[in-house]
Amino acid sequence: MKRIDPQRPLGGPAMIAITLATLFISLLGEQTRADSPLVRLSRDSQKRVVKIYGAGGLSGLEAYQSGFLVSPDGHIATAWSYVLDVEPIVLLDDGRRFEAEIIGFEPALELAVLKIDAGDLPYFPFGKSDDVQWGDPVLAVSNLFNIATGEEPASVMQGTIASVSRLNARSGTLKTPYNGTVYILDLVANNPGAAGGALVDLSGQLVGMLGKELRDAETGVWLNYAIPAEATKGIIGDIIAGRLTTKVDTEQPSLPRERAHSALTLGMDLVPDVLEATPVFVDSVHRDGAGWRAGLRPDDLILLVNGKRVESQRVMRQVLRTIDRRDDVQITVQRENQILPLTLRP
Amino acid sequence: MRRQSLTLWLTLMVLSCMLTTTAAAQDVSPATKIELDPLLVQAELQRVEGIARAMPSAVSVFVPGGGGGGSGVLISPDGYALTNFHVSSPAGTFMRCGLSDGQIYDAVIVGIDPVGDLALIRLLGRDDFPFAQMGNSLSAQVGDWCMVIGNPFLLASNLQPTVTWGILSGVGRYQYPSGTLLEYGDCLQTDASINPGNSGGPLYDASGKLLGIVGRASFEKRGRVNVGVGYAISVQQAKNFLGALRSGRIVDHATLGATVATDPDGGARISNVLESSDAYRRGLRYGAEILEIDGRTVRTANEVQKVLATLPSGWRVNVRYRSDGETRERLVRLMGVHGEDELLEKMAAALPPPPPRPDPPPAGRPDSPDDPDSKEGPDIPGGLEKMREAEEGGQAPVLPQLKVRDKKLPEAVAAQLIERKGFANYFYNEQKQRALFESLKDQMITENQSSDRSWVISGVTNSEPAIPFRCEMGEGKLVWTLGNEKTEFADRSELYDAINRQSTASVVAAMDGLRRLLDQGTKKFGEIYYWGTMPLGGQRPLRDCLVGNDGELELRWMTHPDTRRLEVMEVFADLDLDPLEVWFQYQAVDSRELSKPVGFEVRFGTESRLSLRVQSWGVEEPDAVNPSVSDATIRSGIDLAGVFDETN
Repeated sequence: MKRIDPQRPLGGPAMIAITLATLFISLLGEQTRADSPLVRLSRDSQKRVVKIYGAGGLSGLEAYQSGFLVSPDGHIATAWSYVLDVEPIVLLDDGRRFEAEIIGFEPALELAVLKIDAGDLPYFPFGKSDDVQWGDPVLAVSNLFNIATGEEPASVMQGTIASVSRLNARSGTLKTPYNGTVYILDLVANNPGAAGGALVDLSGQLVGMLGKELRDAETGVWLNYAIPAEATKGIIGDIIAGRLTTKVDTEQPSLPRERAHSALTLGMDLVPDVLEATPVFVDSVHRDGAGWRAGLRPDDLILLVNGKRVESQRVMRQVLRTIDRRDDVQITVQRENQILPLTLRP
Repeated sequence: MRRQSLTLWLTLMVLSCMLTTTAAAQDVSPATKIELDPLLVQAELQRVEGIARAMPSAVSVFVPGGGGGGSGVLISPDGYALTNFHVSSPAGTFMRCGLSDGQIYDAVIVGIDPVGDLALIRLLGRDDFPFAQMGNSLSAQVGDWCMVIGNPFLLASNLQPTVTWGILSGVGRYQYPSGTLLEYGDCLQTDASINPGNSGGPLYDASGKLLGIVGRASFEKRGRVNVGVGYAISVQQAKNFLGALRSGRIVDHATLGATVATDPDGGARISNVLESSDAYRRGLRYGAEILEIDGRTVRTANEVQKVLATLPSGWRVNVRYRSDGETRERLVRLMGVHGEDELLEKMAAALPPPPPRPDPPPAGRPDSPDDPDSKEGPDIPGGLEKMREAEEGGQAPVLPQLKVRDKKLPEAVAAQLIERKGFANYFYNEQKQRALFESLKDQMITENQSSDRSWVISGVTNSEPAIPFRCEMGEGKLVWTLGNEKTEFADRSELYDAINRQSTASVVAAMDGLRRLLDQGTKKFGEIYYWGTMPLGGQRPLRDCLVGNDGELELRWMTHPDTRRLEVMEVFADLDLDPLEVWFQYQAVDSRELSKPVGFEVRFGTESRLSLRVQSWGVEEPDAVNPSVSDATIRSGIDLAGVFDETN
C-alpha cells in the first residue's frame, strides 16, 4: 500500500506540501489572483469535462453522469452505466449540446467511449501517468448531483490520493466487475452523477476516471476511488485511432438465415423479446450445445458479440446474422459482478 | 496562544512528512536539522493568520430550550449578525450566541428573508463586537481556497467553533427552492466540510474575508453528513438584502414579471410578460433579449434567474435588452415573488405544527401573548428539521444538555422586540423610521412651526422662456399653478386620478405628503414604515427608503445614506401604473450640510416631464394671503434667487 519510490528524490508528501504551499501563496497575492495556478488548473479541467444525460430518473437512479474529452474530435470517456442504456446527450463546458454515439465499451473496466460530432475541442491527452502514488494532491472534476445547471461548469473538489490499491483486496464486499488497481481518494468524490468524472494532478495531467458509486456490502462504507488512467489509456487510444469499436457495422451484409448464427445455433434461449430494447439475458442453455460447453449459464447478460455491443436482442440477432454458423463466436457476458469472456464453438 | 500552537502543530506535521520521505530516500541521521522550505512556512503562516482573523466573528447559535441551533457571523461592531432563516426560525425571536472569546450573548431577531434563507439577528451587550470584513463573492473563482467556521453538530459546547478548509467547487450555482422557500439563487459551492449545525455560519476566503453564508448541502443516501458539497449564499446577495433586513421586515425576493427562456441560438429571451409589470411598461415584450440586469451580464434564462434571486422585491434596477435590433437600457421596478400575505402563509406552512404545551404559556409581554402572528416561542423543539429533510444543512439535532427552563425573554431582548404582522421585529423599523424622519426634519424645517401651517413653493421652469410656477399646500387646499394654468385638488381621489393620468400637476401630492409627514410626524401621518435600502435610478450607494400610506396613495421618500438628503419622492396611485416621481436637486452636491432643494424634476416612468427651479420654499401661516405668483413675497420663505444668479 504505502510505496516510497527512491527514483523520485523529491517525491512524496514533502514535495506535495511545497506544491500546495505555492498554490496557496500565489493565491493570496491580490495582484496575481487572476493567474492563481489552482484557479487556472480548475478552469482548464472544467473545460474538458462534460455532462452526460441519458436513461434513469426513476427510483433513485439519476439520469446523469460525467465524462471527459479525450480527443479534440469529440471522443469522450465515461463510466459504463445504465445512463447509457439510451443514446446519451452530452453537454460541453461551452454550453453546446450534442447527441452522442456510444462507440466503445469495455465492461471489465466499466468504461465507455462516446463520440460527438465536433472538432477543435480542449481534451485530456493521455500522457505518462504510471508514477502516481499515495499522498499526491488531486482535483476531482465532475457533475456530481447534477449541480451544474444549464451551462454552469462542472464542480471541482480537491484532496489527495490516499492509497493505490486493488479493489479485490476485500473480495466480495465491493460489488463491481472492475478488479484492477484503483486510487483510493481522501476526497468525497464518488457521489451520484460523479461517475465518469476526471481526476487530475496538479500539473493538469489526467490520472484517473472517477468510478461509479460503490458501497462495501459488509461495512456499509462508501468508497471514494478512481480507475487509473493507465488502465484505460490503451483501449481508449485504440478506440480513438479507429482500431477498435464496439459499434455494430450496419454496412456488413447479412448472410442467409440458414448459413448464419442464431441463439439456437449457439445453444441458448433468450428471455422473451417483449421490449423495444430487450436486454440479452440468457433464459436457458441447451444441454451439450455451444453455450453449454463454453460454460454459459441462465441469467447471464450478453454484452458483446465478437467485440460488438449488443444492447438489445434485435441488435444481437442482427450481429449473429453476419457470422457464418461454422465460425466460433466470442461473447462477453456479465454474471452478477463478473465480466467473463466466453468462446462459443459450434 | 492558539495561533502559536497551531503553527507548532503544522510545523510538526510537515516535519514528520519530510522525515518519512528523506529517511527512506537518503541516509539522514535524525539529528540533522531540517530546513523547511520558506515558501511552505510562509503559506502555513498565512493560513494561520487567515483563520485567526476570521475566527472571532464566527457565532455559535443555540436555540434556548434545546431547540437546536446553528451558526452565524458578526458583521458590525454593534452586534448585527447574519444567519440562516432556517436556523433563526425555530428560535423565533430570541437565541443565545457564543463567540470564540468564550462568552455567551443574548440575541434578538431583527429581519428575515425566508426565500433567500437569511436572517439578521443582533447580539446584545457590547458595542465593540469583533466582526467580519466583507469580501467580494462576485470575483470569487473556482479553485480559490476557502474555509468554513461554525458549529457543526453543535459541537461548540465550549464555544470554540470548528474550522474546515477547502476550495470553491463552483460559483454562481443555482439551487432550486426546497419546498416553496429557501431558494439558493447565486450561491457558492465548496468542498470544505459542511454538516448540520454549520448552517448560518460564515464561508471565508483564505485571508479571512466573508464570502458567504453557509446554509445548505447536498445530502442523499449517505445520511445527513458532509459529502463534499456545501453551498453558501453569496455575500453579494446578503449585501443587497442587508438594508431591508435591518428594517425588521419580512423581506421578499424579486421577479421581473416576465418569464425568460434560453434561445437555442443563444441569449435569454422573454417568453411571457405580465402586462401589469413595470418590465412591460418599459418596453420588454415577447422575444426581447435580455443582456444585462443590475450591471450583470446575462446570457441564459438560468443567469437571469440567478441575478434576480439576489435582488429584493421592489428594487428598481437597470435592464439592458435588445428588441427589434435595437439595444435599450431602462430602469425596471422589480415585483415581489409573493404577495405579502402569501409569503406569511408559506412561512407558517413551512413551520412544523407546535407541539402540545403541558405548561401554561409564560407571562409574556403585554403586547404579544395572544398575537396570532407571534413566532413560535423558544421552547418549541425540532424546528424546521422535517421540512428540510433531504437538502438543507440545517441546525443540528436537539441536544438534551442545552435545555434551559426559563421561557421568559431576557429584559435586554424584550426591550428590543416588538412583534407585529409582516415584521420580524418592528422595534428596528421604528428606530429607522425615527432616524429618517429626523433627517428629513433637519433638512426641511428651519424654524418653529405651528401645526396648521401651509407650504408655498414657487419658482420658474428651466425652459425657455421660463414659466413661473407655484405649489400651495395646506389643510384642505392643494393648488398647482403653472403660468396661467391653475389646478386645484379638492381631495385625495383627485390626486389619485391625476397621478394615474400622469398629470404634472399631481406634483403637489408629493409636496403635500412631505409637508404632512414633517408636520404630523410618523405616528399621525398614517401607516408608515421604513422599507430598507434600494438603489436610486439603478445606482449605488443604496438609499434609505421610508414608505407612507396616505389613503389610496403610497408615498416613498428616498434619502442618501451619507448626505442624508431627500433625493427622490415617489407617489404611487394605481400600483400597476407608473408612480409620480419628484427628483430633488441641490446647490452644493458635495456639501455635508443639509439644505433645502434648489430645484426638482417631475418624472413619470423614465421620462422627465417638468424641470423646476425653486426660488422660494416657505411656510405660510394660516392667515397669510398670497394671491399672485409674480408677487414673491412669502414671509418666512428662503429666497434662493441669488443662488441661481451665481450658478447661471
